[in-house]
Amino acid sequence: MSDIKIKVNGRESTVSVDPDTPLLYVLMNELALRGPRFGCGLAQCGSCSVLLDGVEVRSCVTPVSKIAGKSVTTLEGLPALYAEQKRLAQAPALHPVSQAFLDRQAPQCGYCYNGMTVKAAELLAQNPKPTEAQIRAHMNGHICRCGTYPLILEAIQLASTRMAGDVR
Amino acid sequence: MTDISCDTSFARRDLLKGGGALIVGFSLAGIPLPASAARGDMAGPPDPDAIDTWIAIHADNTATVYFGKCELGQGNTTGMLQIAAEELDLAMSQISAARLDTNVTPNQGATSSSSSIERGGPQLRAAAAEARRALLALASRRLGVQINSLVVTDGVVSVDGEGSFRAVKYGDLIGDKPFNVKFTGTAPQKPSSRYKLVGTRVARVDLPDKMSGRYELVHHLRVPNMLHGRVVLPRGQRAFGAGARPLAVDEASIRHIPSARIVRKGDFVGVVADNEWDAVKAAQALKVTWQEGPELPGNANLFTQMRGQKTTDTVIANRGDIAKGFAGAAHVRSSAYFCPYQGHLPFGPNCALADVRADGALIRSSTQDVYNARAMLARVLDMPAEKVRVQYYEGSGTFGRSCYEDAAQAAAIMSQAVGRPVRVQYMRWDEHGWDNYGPAHLAEVRAGVNAEGKLIAYEYHGWQHGWTVTSTIQDIALQKPGVERASGSASITVNPMSTGSMYVVPNRRVISHAVPMEGYLRGAALRSPLDLSFAFASEQTIDELAYALKMDPLEFRRRNIGDKRWLGVLEAAAKAADWKPRVMASPRSSAEVVRGRGIGLGTHHVSYGAAVADIEVNQRTGVIVARHLYGALDCGLAVNPAQVESQIVGQMIQSASRVLKEEVLFDKHGVTSLDWESYPVMRFAEHPAVTPVVVQRIEEPATGAGEEVMGATVAAIANAFFDATGARLRQYPMTPERVLAALAART
Repeated sequence: MSDIKIKVNGRESTVSVDPDTPLLYVLMNELALRGPRFGCGLAQCGSCSVLLDGVEVRSCVTPVSKIAGKSVTTLEGLPALYAEQKRLAQAPALHPVSQAFLDRQAPQCGYCYNGMTVKAAELLAQNPKPTEAQIRAHMNGHICRCGTYPLILEAIQLASTRMAGDVR
Repeated sequence: MTDISCDTSFARRDLLKGGGALIVGFSLAGIPLPASAARGDMAGPPDPDAIDTWIAIHADNTATVYFGKCELGQGNTTGMLQIAAEELDLAMSQISAARLDTNVTPNQGATSSSSSIERGGPQLRAAAAEARRALLALASRRLGVQINSLVVTDGVVSVDGEGSFRAVKYGDLIGDKPFNVKFTGTAPQKPSSRYKLVGTRVARVDLPDKMSGRYELVHHLRVPNMLHGRVVLPRGQRAFGAGARPLAVDEASIRHIPSARIVRKGDFVGVVADNEWDAVKAAQALKVTWQEGPELPGNANLFTQMRGQKTTDTVIANRGDIAKGFAGAAHVRSSAYFCPYQGHLPFGPNCALADVRADGALIRSSTQDVYNARAMLARVLDMPAEKVRVQYYEGSGTFGRSCYEDAAQAAAIMSQAVGRPVRVQYMRWDEHGWDNYGPAHLAEVRAGVNAEGKLIAYEYHGWQHGWTVTSTIQDIALQKPGVERASGSASITVNPMSTGSMYVVPNRRVISHAVPMEGYLRGAALRSPLDLSFAFASEQTIDELAYALKMDPLEFRRRNIGDKRWLGVLEAAAKAADWKPRVMASPRSSAEVVRGRGIGLGTHHVSYGAAVADIEVNQRTGVIVARHLYGALDCGLAVNPAQVESQIVGQMIQSASRVLKEEVLFDKHGVTSLDWESYPVMRFAEHPAVTPVVVQRIEEPATGAGEEVMGATVAAIANAFFDATGARLRQYPMTPERVLAALAART
């Protein structure tokens, strides 16, 4: 056990865990977050995805000791991150990607949508106007067992259009 | 580290001091309570003929509805609320659903076979109609007018024509008090012509919280004093019936993880630890020597063994004279088809939280049937069912019987042993390796047409084993062999609906050859059970006959359908796809990438499904890419057409995944496909576009909408492959290896 300092969704905290503990278990248990979730523990599926300094990583294979000095954003922190990226005075209730998923009624069970949202938010921050081929390629590491890919694709395109209207 | 199952010195009272607060707030089952007891104080199921079982009206003029169908991610909660709100004349914002709970909610049977709206809906509608009538009777007395002069809008009862002049809210009539009224069986139900909510695209009630991250899944539950548990099983299941028998468990192998402890019961081995990562590490590190089981056939010998085995045969359909029919045929086509074991494999492995005490148990699980889960848990825990309470918390999409009962039973066994709440989540290899797989299927199909293009003979022989009614953890903990659901003619058979029933065939025979499950893999219903296999075999045979006649396959089907609803979905799918009549596989191209289009029909039980598929085949690499799928579904009254569309999309993508990619791999020792690499599924980059079409029939009863386009999709893709290449694939998944072999064998 060691005391490890982590910064998640803008908040710093100290957790007392084994340094080899994957970040996922710290987020789920010590921080009681509901966004990141276990899917495979093998970095194959994307259900545990978080942003590490804005870059999507698989928290199930990222030891908590390896994130020192870095900033973790989970699903819960995406609205605030978006406000920061777009210099908005106030964070929206939902990140535009989440809002588009909701408006398009895209999810079924919704388990994979943590990873889908995080990965799509990463994409649109890097490339606000992705082509369909770029979306498909970017999202390819994320599995949806319910088969809602076509709805996810449409919703990401919707979010892209809407985000263009938000002030930067 | 101690072996808890043998440790009776464990001081339970001390644990309760530390964590007892958890259990306050629910009264354990089985304790007799006065008639005025609060809802949930007694073991259910509550009386299904009492209005109070189903509906509570609150003082703030909102309602809580209690039904027995689980939200599995398919959106049925929204549909059920629409049905209840419609009948009660409430707005969607005024109504919510209670958590499924064996102490609270009625027993409506399993949430399976797409039955929520079809069979659960009418029960709930009847209850809501009874409640509405009881409320109108109260309003009639309050307002001093006849019931038939009353109208209701958003839970406000008023006198017809008087606006709000004389009006009373439901909440003021009965707010939070019981109805104490039994069903009369005569409460009038709203005619479909007056529906305002049913049949409309109401947004799903669960999605806002799912998108924000506030939704509480079973995976999220944490309680004080809780331990984390993991199961320890061989990597990949062995032959059904052999279980998993530990010959030696090396306690020293996890001594380096101080908080980890081993729990054993019968052949069950699990580990618990204070924190989750320790439990994960301990389950992986624990050295167990397992007894070798009997050999499995492996993928290589599966179908030979099934075909050669003594079977229990059942005639499923037998009409006319099959020999005479074939004798008069102008063209006959026959072939054998080979369909793999496939997995449920929920994206989030199953999880459960159990708190088992001497006087009662509370288990939170993502089961499809809380009452069946309770009965199974009672057996495993050796407790009366009335002392076991099961609450439903949503997991991730399960598509049939994945390992949810196993996770719940493992958590319960470990909680009982250690005297503390235990949360168990399956690891990916547990879920992949110990699923109750959708069984493999072997078909021999023969069909004939006359010169006029009319089907005159159809014969389907299907070989498969059945489903288990027990669970792996129950079997090994109680050291009893697994039980297959019935046997002989009562076992899982070929579905007559999926094998030619959509066509008018004067001479038709369907025979089911039941193979015993012993020596195969553990089987259970996987979404649209075996219908994908039936359609793959049956609809390719139909297509071959159209080709033999040099006829457009749409026109051929049209000529042989006798039912307007089958015709309706066929035409709807063809129209959506802008189908142009032609003979398939003409012209044939030698280009590297060739395109094909196919059509197919299918169902599960009652609803009607049709599909058109556009695919590309790379003739050099053997890779098939589905480009666009068009699916039409007639499920009678579509309570929420938007959700039915969503179900069509999901069914078609999952079917494309299953027919192109999915296959459980196993050798003579056990299952070897234990993750998403060895068991590939459809990925984002390669997914086809989907055009869903709901054939709305407001006047018809609502029937299942979660499975009925899957067979059609598989058939359309298989037929599109023939169109693209002129070759038939008679085994799926349609992997590059099989594609190249089929192309090489082309004449």
